[in-house]
Amino acid sequence: MARYLAGRIAGLVLILFLVCLFTYLIFFELSPDPAVMICGKTCTPERVAQIRTVLGIDKPFLTQFGDFLGGLFAGRDYGTGANLVHCPAPCLGYSFQTNQSVMQMVVTRLPVTATLAVGAAALWLLAGITAGLLSAVKEGTWWDRAAMNLALGGASIPNYVLALALQYILVVKLQILPFPSSVAFTDDPWLWFQSYLMPWFVLATGAACLYARLTRANVIDTLAENFFRTARSKGLAPVLTMRRHALRPALTPIVTIFGMDFAALLGGALITETVFGLNGIGKMAADSIAKNDQPVIMAVTLLAAFFVVVGNVVVDLVYTALDPRVRIR
Amino acid sequence: MTTAFVHDAHPGPPVGAPGSPGAPGVPATAGGRILGVLRHDRAALFSASFIALMMLMAICAPLISALTGHGPTAFDTSAIDVDSGGLPKGSFGGISAEHPLGVEPLNGRDILARIAYGARVSFLIAASATVVTTLLGVVLGMVAGFYGGWVDQFVSRVMDFLMAFPALIFMIAILSSLPAGNRSFLLVAVISVFGWPYLARVVRGQTLTLLNRDFVEAARASGASRRALVFREILPNLRSSLIVMTTLSVPGYIGTEAGLSFLGVGVSPPTPSWGQMIASSVSWYAVDPLYFAIPGLFLFLTVLSLTVLGDRIRAATDAGEAA
Repeated sequence: MARYLAGRIAGLVLILFLVCLFTYLIFFELSPDPAVMICGKTCTPERVAQIRTVLGIDKPFLTQFGDFLGGLFAGRDYGTGANLVHCPAPCLGYSFQTNQSVMQMVVTRLPVTATLAVGAAALWLLAGITAGLLSAVKEGTWWDRAAMNLALGGASIPNYVLALALQYILVVKLQILPFPSSVAFTDDPWLWFQSYLMPWFVLATGAACLYARLTRANVIDTLAENFFRTARSKGLAPVLTMRRHALRPALTPIVTIFGMDFAALLGGALITETVFGLNGIGKMAADSIAKNDQPVIMAVTLLAAFFVVVGNVVVDLVYTALDPRVRIR
Repeated sequence: MTTAFVHDAHPGPPVGAPGSPGAPGVPATAGGRILGVLRHDRAALFSASFIALMMLMAICAPLISALTGHGPTAFDTSAIDVDSGGLPKGSFGGISAEHPLGVEPLNGRDILARIAYGARVSFLIAASATVVTTLLGVVLGMVAGFYGGWVDQFVSRVMDFLMAFPALIFMIAILSSLPAGNRSFLLVAVISVFGWPYLARVVRGQTLTLLNRDFVEAARASGASRRALVFREILPNLRSSLIVMTTLSVPGYIGTEAGLSFLGVGVSPPTPSWGQMIASSVSWYAVDPLYFAIPGLFLFLTVLSLTVLGDRIRAATDAGEAA
C-alpha cells in the first residue's frame, strides 16, 4: 500500500511539473509581449526593456522557469536594494496587471468557487441519484421514460444558454431573484442564498442528468446480479436488499466520476462564473487570459491541474475502500 | 461483441443497402440492425430529420441568402429603429416577411442568414474534430493496446497528462494568445488534441480484452500476420463501440465550439457563429429577448438531436450485443 501510494504521488508530481512546463513554454513562446501591452501606446523601447526587467521576463526561458519553480517551493525575492520584496514559500508571483500577490488573489477567490462547487455538487448528487434510483426500480414505466428523456434534454442545454435564459426569466422578467453577486454568507445570508441559487442550479443541471442516467444503468445491472437474487430469495426485506445489496455496488462507479467532476469544478467554473459575474477562480482565469496576465494564468492552470490530479488519487483510494473486489494487498 | 460473426454468418446473396425497404427478415450487418431499430423509434427519427434539416440549411446557406436578399454580414439600417437606440423595427425582434427570424439590433443583419452560415461553421468544425479525434484515438489506442510494454506506457502517460490538463482554461489561453490566422483550423486542432485520449482509453481497453479472446488466439495460432490481426480481427469488433462513441462526441464538439465562440476566442467576426451570436445578444436580451432565444434554441435543439440519436444508437447496439 505504501509503495503504491508513493508511486501514485511520484506520478502526480511529474504530471504537475509537465503541466507547469508546457503552460510556461506556450506563454513564453506564443503570447504577445506583456511589457508592450502594459506600456501602452506612447512607449519607448527603453521603457519596454525596463518593464521587462521589472517583470523578470528578460531572462532566458529556463532561468525564468527555474525561478518560478524555486518561488513555488522556497519563496523568491523581487527587485533589489530598497525595492526588495520577499514573496514567501508557495509563491506564485505578482499579477502583471494589478501587482497583487497571485497567492493572495487565489486565497480570496477560492471560497466563492468552493461555495459554488459544494452547493452544486450536493444538488446534483441528490437529484441525480434519486431520479436514477426511482427510474431503475420503476424500469419501463412512464416515470422512467419521462425522467430519462428529461435527463437527455437537461444534459443538452449548454450551461451559458441555461444561465442566460434563467437570468432573463427570473431576474429581468419576474424579478423574484436579484442579479447574482459574490456576497459573503456572514454579510447577508438571505442575499447570499439568493445569489448562489441560479449558479448552483445551472452547474448542477448537466451533471444531475448524467448521474441519473448512470445510476439507473448501474442499479439495473446490479439487480440482475446473482448475489442480489440470492439475497432476495433468502427472504430479505425488499427495502433492506435494495439498500445493502444493490445500492453499494451500484454507487461505487458514481463515486469515481463524482470525484473527478468535483475536482474539476474546484479549478473554476469558468463559464458559469463569467456569465453570473461571480468573482471566483473561473472568472479570474477568464480575466487573466483576456489581459494576458501570465502569472495569474500560470496559477489557475496549475491549481486546476492540481485539483484534477489529486482528485484522481483520492478517488482511487476511496474506491478501494468502498469496493472490496479491487482492494490492493 | 459478436458483430463480426453475425456479418460473416449471413446466408445467401447480400441484401443490398442496410435496412433497405423490402430486405427480407432482420438486416444482418451491425449498421443494418441499428438502422432497422432506429426506423421504428419516433424520437430517433425526429432527431435525425432535424439534423438533416440543419445540414441542408448549412449547405444551402448561400441559397437562403440569395432568396431573402440578405447576406450574413450585410447591414440593413432600414430594419432598425434609430430613435429607440438601434432596436429592430416591429415586434418580436423585427420578424417580418423580409427577415423571417428578425434582425440584429444596431446593425440590422439578417438573423436567418447568420444562423445558416453559423450552422456551416459549427458542423464543419464538429465534423472535422470528430474525424481527427477518431483517427488519433483509434490509432494510438490500438497501438498502445496491441504492442503493450513501453509503447503502452508512453501513450498511457501522454493520455494521463492531457486529461489532467484543465482543458477549457488551456483551450481559451492557447486560442487567445495565438495570432488570428485560420481560427476554424485552430479550433479543430485544439479540440482534437484534448479530445482524443477519451476515445483512445476505451479503444486501448477493448483491444486488450480482444487480444485475449479465443478467436484472436486462433487467428494468431494459425499464422495470421499482425496486419491481419489488426484489420480483420480487432478493428471489425471495435466498430459498434466506435459508432456509439463518435456519434456521442459530435454534440460535445458542437457545444465546445459554441462555448469557445461565446467566450470570444472561437470563430472571429464577421464570420457568424451561434456561440458568438449568443454572446453578443447578452447586452440586448432585456429589450430584445428573441435575439438571444433564436440562436440559443438552434444550439440547444441541435445538441439535443445529436445526443438523442447517439443515445438511441447505443441502445440499439447494446440490445444487439445482449441478444
